[in-house]
Amino acid sequence: MARYETVIGLEVHVELKTGTKIFCPSSTAFGGDPNTHVCPVCLGLPGVLPVFNKKVLEYAIRVGLALNCKIAGFSKFDRKNYYYPDLPKNYQISQYDLPLAEHGHLNIDIDGQVKRIGITRVHMEEDAGKLVHQGSTGVASYSLVDYNRTGVPLVEIVSEPDIRSPEEARAYLEKLKAIIQYTGVSDCKMEEGSLRCDANISLRPAGSDKLGTKTEIKNMNSFKALQRALQYEVERQTEILEEGGQVVQETRTWDEARGVTLSMRSKEQAHDYRYFPDPDLVPLVIDRRWVEEIRAGLPELPDQRKARYVKEYGIPEYDASVITASKDLADYFEQCLEGYSNAKAVSNWVMGDLSRLLNAHDIDIARCRIRPAQLTGMLKMMDGGTISGKIAKMVFEEMFETGKDPEQIVKEKGLVQISDEGAIASVVDEVLAANPKVADDFRSGKEKALGFLVGQVMKATRGKANPEMVNRIIRERLR
Amino acid sequence: MITIAEVEHVALLSRLDLSDEEKRMYAEQLGAILEYAGMLDELDTGNIPPTAHVLPLNNVFREDREGEHLPLEKAMQNAPDREGNFFKVPRIV
Repeated sequence: MARYETVIGLEVHVELKTGTKIFCPSSTAFGGDPNTHVCPVCLGLPGVLPVFNKKVLEYAIRVGLALNCKIAGFSKFDRKNYYYPDLPKNYQISQYDLPLAEHGHLNIDIDGQVKRIGITRVHMEEDAGKLVHQGSTGVASYSLVDYNRTGVPLVEIVSEPDIRSPEEARAYLEKLKAIIQYTGVSDCKMEEGSLRCDANISLRPAGSDKLGTKTEIKNMNSFKALQRALQYEVERQTEILEEGGQVVQETRTWDEARGVTLSMRSKEQAHDYRYFPDPDLVPLVIDRRWVEEIRAGLPELPDQRKARYVKEYGIPEYDASVITASKDLADYFEQCLEGYSNAKAVSNWVMGDLSRLLNAHDIDIARCRIRPAQLTGMLKMMDGGTISGKIAKMVFEEMFETGKDPEQIVKEKGLVQISDEGAIASVVDEVLAANPKVADDFRSGKEKALGFLVGQVMKATRGKANPEMVNRIIRERLR
Repeated sequence: MITIAEVEHVALLSRLDLSDEEKRMYAEQLGAILEYAGMLDELDTGNIPPTAHVLPLNNVFREDREGEHLPLEKAMQNAPDREGNFFKVPRIV
């Protein structure tokens, strides 16, 4: 048993994909020219009045409900004060003591077990602007500021310190992302910053229920970075404690290139935000009936969909959880099954070759060139014996590259499976004649020799021979 | 009265660089303001429900409809410094 127990809590920020900002009618579109999606309100000019976007409230309630939270009947906005040029007002409008939603949870699968992770709260706030630092750290003299992102609506989702390992942290974040994507309120693109994650992590002696001193880790821009940063931090804190030292409570940043966390040692560490209710915004009294309407309108969420796949399609639980982890992938899977019934075959291809190619080319399933009907068209050709499994892999790669129909590829490349008994038999005879010793080995009981002979026949037919027939004919010949 | 250390803390949070003379002055002035506002503590509010706002209003919303953006030149008009489309500021961290 390890001497220390790891305790992790995550704070996740998600940008909501409303058309306009949380307190003003400026656009939230990503990637506009700097400072062109701004107005007097999000620039924090004097004398302006923020007005709350109702869609933000609806979306945030959707997130709260999808995470099994209780939605507050009364909620309000507060000012979080800090001076930094990414905030033109010198305060961020956020929520402090009366957040929109509390007391939720989500379930993660870890080592085949379901584990519940508590959600402390979900609150709404405005995003800050983007700083571009010029020159390298220390010598740089200035920063450039783009306020397009200022005022884009965010929900912050704070977990309970229920997470016990970097793997669980990753599983939590993946699940959270999936759930929010299913609700349709955010794209959750970590690479574009629409999903961002900070972690609080501490160690304590195994068996203790008192929390140790924590550090806060920032700047983890992928699932892998989250897991690596936390692994590093577990090792770093373990080493300090083993040597009888004390962990310093501080904010640390993950340095992806060097694979370490570094102390941020900034004056910003003086966490003293002097929150107070924002007098520019009136409180929210949330209508129960509206909340229930939103609940009724929630789409099927990942856990429900997973259960349905196991029940309805009879695929293994593992397959169902891999596929439902991404809404787009699950939608693709279901579209395949509209004209084809072998769900397990589809799931094998979706989880195997399709996912592999998507990852290797860094392509989103939404932009995949193989349409569901083409994938199932190929499976039907396999089922009908027109192509072998081996050829199917080639056809699949070709479809992925070109988007052509499988029938066309097979025709163009002459990949139709050879199922002509006579044709295969003559190739078998050639192979046996060329490999008398291996043939003898098989006759004398070496089953393994068969594989070699089949391989030779497949090679000679460029993979087109029907493998079952090849097996049968060789066995017949060598009986 | 508040302490010089408290003034220094608030000055740091507000990014203000104060001389010793100013720190003494603000300690006195802020102290007087807090003392004045402190009179409110003398009221018995035991039976008064807490309030989140001074206006008797709730739920003021706008619809999610895009409005006019400020033209770049107007947005930049009062900026002390710029570079291309960006506001240019001293580096903080």
